[in-house]
Amino acid sequence: MTNRGTPLVELRDISIAFGGIKAVDHVSIDLYPGEVVGLLGHNGAGKSTLIKCLSGAYQADSGKIFINGEQAEITNPRDARHYNIETIYQTLALADNLDAASNLFLGREIVGAGGFLDDSAMEAETRKIMARLNPNFRKFNVPVSALSGGQRQSVAIARAVYFNAKILIMDEPTAALGPHETQMVAELIAELKKQGIGIFLIEHDIHAVMDLCDRAVVMKNGQRVGTVNVNEVTDEDILGMIIMGKKPAQAV
Amino acid sequence: MTENSETPDHAPQVSTTRLGPFARFVRDTELDTRMLGMVGALLLIWVGFQLYGTFFNGGGVFLTPRNLWNLSVQTAVTGIMATGMVLVIVTRNIDLSVGSIVGFTGMIMGVLQVNILPQYLGLGHPAIWIITVIVGILLGALIGALHGALTAYLAIPAFIVTLGGMLIWRGAAFLVADGKTIAPVDQNFALLGGGPYGAIGSTGSWIVGLIGCAAILFMMYRSRKNRQKHEFRLRPMWAEITVAAIACGVLIAAVLVVDSYPWPIGIVKAYAEAHQISTPPDQLFISHGFAIPVLILAAVGIGMTILMTRTRFGRYVFAIGGNPEAAALSGIDTRMMTVKIFALMGMLSGLAAVVASARLTSATNALGDLEELYVIASAVIGGTSLAGGVGTIYGAIIGTLVIQSLQTGMVLIGYGDGSYRKIVVGVALVLAVYLDILYRKKTK
Repeated sequence: MTNRGTPLVELRDISIAFGGIKAVDHVSIDLYPGEVVGLLGHNGAGKSTLIKCLSGAYQADSGKIFINGEQAEITNPRDARHYNIETIYQTLALADNLDAASNLFLGREIVGAGGFLDDSAMEAETRKIMARLNPNFRKFNVPVSALSGGQRQSVAIARAVYFNAKILIMDEPTAALGPHETQMVAELIAELKKQGIGIFLIEHDIHAVMDLCDRAVVMKNGQRVGTVNVNEVTDEDILGMIIMGKKPAQAV
Repeated sequence: MTENSETPDHAPQVSTTRLGPFARFVRDTELDTRMLGMVGALLLIWVGFQLYGTFFNGGGVFLTPRNLWNLSVQTAVTGIMATGMVLVIVTRNIDLSVGSIVGFTGMIMGVLQVNILPQYLGLGHPAIWIITVIVGILLGALIGALHGALTAYLAIPAFIVTLGGMLIWRGAAFLVADGKTIAPVDQNFALLGGGPYGAIGSTGSWIVGLIGCAAILFMMYRSRKNRQKHEFRLRPMWAEITVAAIACGVLIAAVLVVDSYPWPIGIVKAYAEAHQISTPPDQLFISHGFAIPVLILAAVGIGMTILMTRTRFGRYVFAIGGNPEAAALSGIDTRMMTVKIFALMGMLSGLAAVVASARLTSATNALGDLEELYVIASAVIGGTSLAGGVGTIYGAIIGTLVIQSLQTGMVLIGYGDGSYRKIVVGVALVLAVYLDILYRKKTK
């Protein structure tokens, strides 16, 4: 894949430390429209922390973020949403006591006359998007704590997709899913790609990365080992990067 | 759209065939079973005290207009604060300082209206009570905001901040007037505490009752229209009518009760003399009607219910309670929310201080002593979960009614000694939480 023009997102020289431990150490990555970039590495390699700098959950100690070539200030999740960055967190980040519609619109509620919540409109919109993402979904009026893992996941995905994301961050989106639902997520990613959305995919499953991603970034101990085009390397090359931090010849 | 449409139901789907009549009634009317349980428990308590009086004391006096009217007034102070405590507890915090805020703001308001304002405005000036109430509520909000800020921005646990606040403001309440009682309060201010003059009479009560009924019917109509617009499942017509009849019936019954409690003869005599009424006082029947503090509680209850269920603020309160991290990741400023919630709690404590001191027609530094415990107990008996994320305003008000009914009832059946009342309320609190745990397990 040839990446020309301005990247959709560029994280340049990001560092963040927690109590003296460098969770992310001078890492730079980029993402182009319609591209899926996989982020790989051991638990604690710094993938989630790096990506949380982009989603606004953390603030980098140093480094810069560029969106469409312009420097962006992202100091909280609201800023990230302002740049059309949507995140599906590993923990899903759902309020268990609220129903699907309330979670989908959390922080961006539809309000009617007088500034009062329009719950019916939100439920109707939720029904529409869920009909597309997970047609079997029926439980609209119960707290999401009463949903299965897959149903909860689809609520989290719906929330990220509904608001016209341009940049999507998916942190192990299929970890809690069965084979059928995993397939649905793969199809969704392909569809979003076609719409020109850029996706960061944090993933442990190397096969999923080989299938879904255009490029893969491997991290180890907070540092970037290398970036590869997945169609130029083998599973073993990537495994070698993850486990031993060995950079293959094709990597940059 | 028909009423039994094939489209996905608005309510959770359950097959009709396996349900008993009660379950079907609950499903179709969409009444909250938890609320039904609480109301049932409350009625049981009322009837129980009435029967105990009938059989053992030669006459039940619990279910009399006089007692029910007094009960409603006694519920106001704790009830006003309990609605705010719901928000605090739902967001996984606690506020132990509310009783002391009542004491402190009560003293400040006492000094303001008795010692300061009359010097400038003259005794009995109509602006006195207004300024006093505003100052009391704002002061409460300020204290609450301070507690909230210490909790949110300095990460001191709310338990500790408000435990400290409980001691600090109680001490400060003493220092305001060196422990002296400030009395009597402004005569307009005193009306806010109830009493024969602090009630709106028969005509006023009917107006309130009828406006209330009209509002209930209007809201039900709006909700039905809204569901039609989005093609959600509608409640069957018989269920709509039943719910409307119950809601309006309860309201009308309340009007009838408060209207059948007459002014005491002494007050009637004084009133007849003052207004040159020729009818002999013992033939005059002047109704109390709804007491002003009860109307204040009703307004607070309605306002807080709207806030919690119809606004972003309320939605965020529940979201923070359900998952604080998710709320923050959704862009909610959780720390500022905490400040606002505690400020609201403080405001309501200031308002409760208005009612409490008006009722006593004096301000003392012991006003609201230990009230925080009853406020928390009311919210919890009303179904607010200490684990956070769950709670309702109406539940807290019913919870307050339960506690107040137990206290009043014990007095009426001859166990008025404070120690018996405390034991009964304590048992009720533990029992209510246990029943709630059972209920939640069963409905999961």
